[in-house]
Amino acid sequence: MNTKNFIPLDKLCTHYKVEMSFFNNLKDIGLIEIKTIEHSQYIHQNEIYDIEKIVRMYHELEVNIEGIDVVLNLLQKIEALQNELISVKNRLRLYEN
Amino acid sequence: MAFIDYYNILGVDKRATDKEIKIAYRKLARKYHPDLNPHDKEAEKKFKEINEANEVLSSPENRKKYDEYGKDWKHADEFEKAKQQHHYRRDTQAEAPGDFSDSGYSDFFESMFGGRTGGRGGNLKFRGQDYDAELHLDLKDVYTTHKRTVIVNGKNIRFTIPAGVKNGQVIKIKGHGGEGLNGGPNGDLHITFTVENHSKFRLDKDDLYTTVDLDLYKAMLGGDITIDTFDGKVRLNVKPETQNGTKVKLKGKGFPVYKKEGVFGDLYITYRIIIPTNLTEKEKELFTQLAKSRTP
Repeated sequence: MNTKNFIPLDKLCTHYKVEMSFFNNLKDIGLIEIKTIEHSQYIHQNEIYDIEKIVRMYHELEVNIEGIDVVLNLLQKIEALQNELISVKNRLRLYEN
Repeated sequence: MAFIDYYNILGVDKRATDKEIKIAYRKLARKYHPDLNPHDKEAEKKFKEINEANEVLSSPENRKKYDEYGKDWKHADEFEKAKQQHHYRRDTQAEAPGDFSDSGYSDFFESMFGGRTGGRGGNLKFRGQDYDAELHLDLKDVYTTHKRTVIVNGKNIRFTIPAGVKNGQVIKIKGHGGEGLNGGPNGDLHITFTVENHSKFRLDKDDLYTTVDLDLYKAMLGGDITIDTFDGKVRLNVKPETQNGTKVKLKGKGFPVYKKEGVFGDLYITYRIIIPTNLTEKEKELFTQLAKSRTP
């Protein structure tokens, strides 16, 4: 399998100063997907934005992995509600004009 | 330069212990962190304030200086003394990493402490600030996917606006926000779209709505008409005896669905039947005959 769009997990560990177990825990909880290619573990580059967010919460806010899972779920809900609010506001605008 | 009460910002007493300050900072950081408050400028401002307060109060040296001169900063002599100390500090810390003069810290902080100081906070990587921009577009512009260039901090940023983007929608362009501090990643650029509709179509979600005038005879007898859709004209058959206010759906003639190429909403047409005016004597006679023929 081609590793072109994948980043080796050990590099990420060094870069973000976290243990390998940190990523494995994230995987176990379903927050990230780890690919094993020729006995090495990788993460797809598209997941980096989410990983950085998770690492920031972990380091800067001292939120544990279960807490991060809860936060991300709530943020998703907020985003969905915000989009719904925008849609409702746009519809309301039609009747106000 | 306004005096800023860092204790008040963190909600702690002036006699608070280092541990109490740390707890207060952590609690507020969890509340106002930009990751937890996307697109919230107030939270971002608050987060900067609490970071600044923490930078000062978590360092015994800075806290001492703040306690000594902060509350009396209006006294010029003492402030000058503080400034001299600040210059001395800066000279001795010439090798400290990073220049935080544009870091968003208050003037007060910069004057007293010369930017973000070393110590515990000096090694922390901070993600750059997210920038928020607003882009005004016409409904016609967002009917098709197209590219736009915006200038942010003197840099041209070209990006794609997918067809069907909605009024108030925000798209994120990664890494085009403020530069990260201490080697942290760049922030993102958030663009909020304001979509103005100057067309005769009303947009609701992905469906378009319009009203088409129909003359009385076409409504009664039926026939073909040509109507405008958002991407050109289409021919439409009107059924005989069409009533005023009748709605017709043209499937797939609505607005493009965001990020679903080739998928469109529907176009809803409402017929408005126009009653002829300025009738001639002959027409009045014919309508009278018609009326009589319909009277039981």
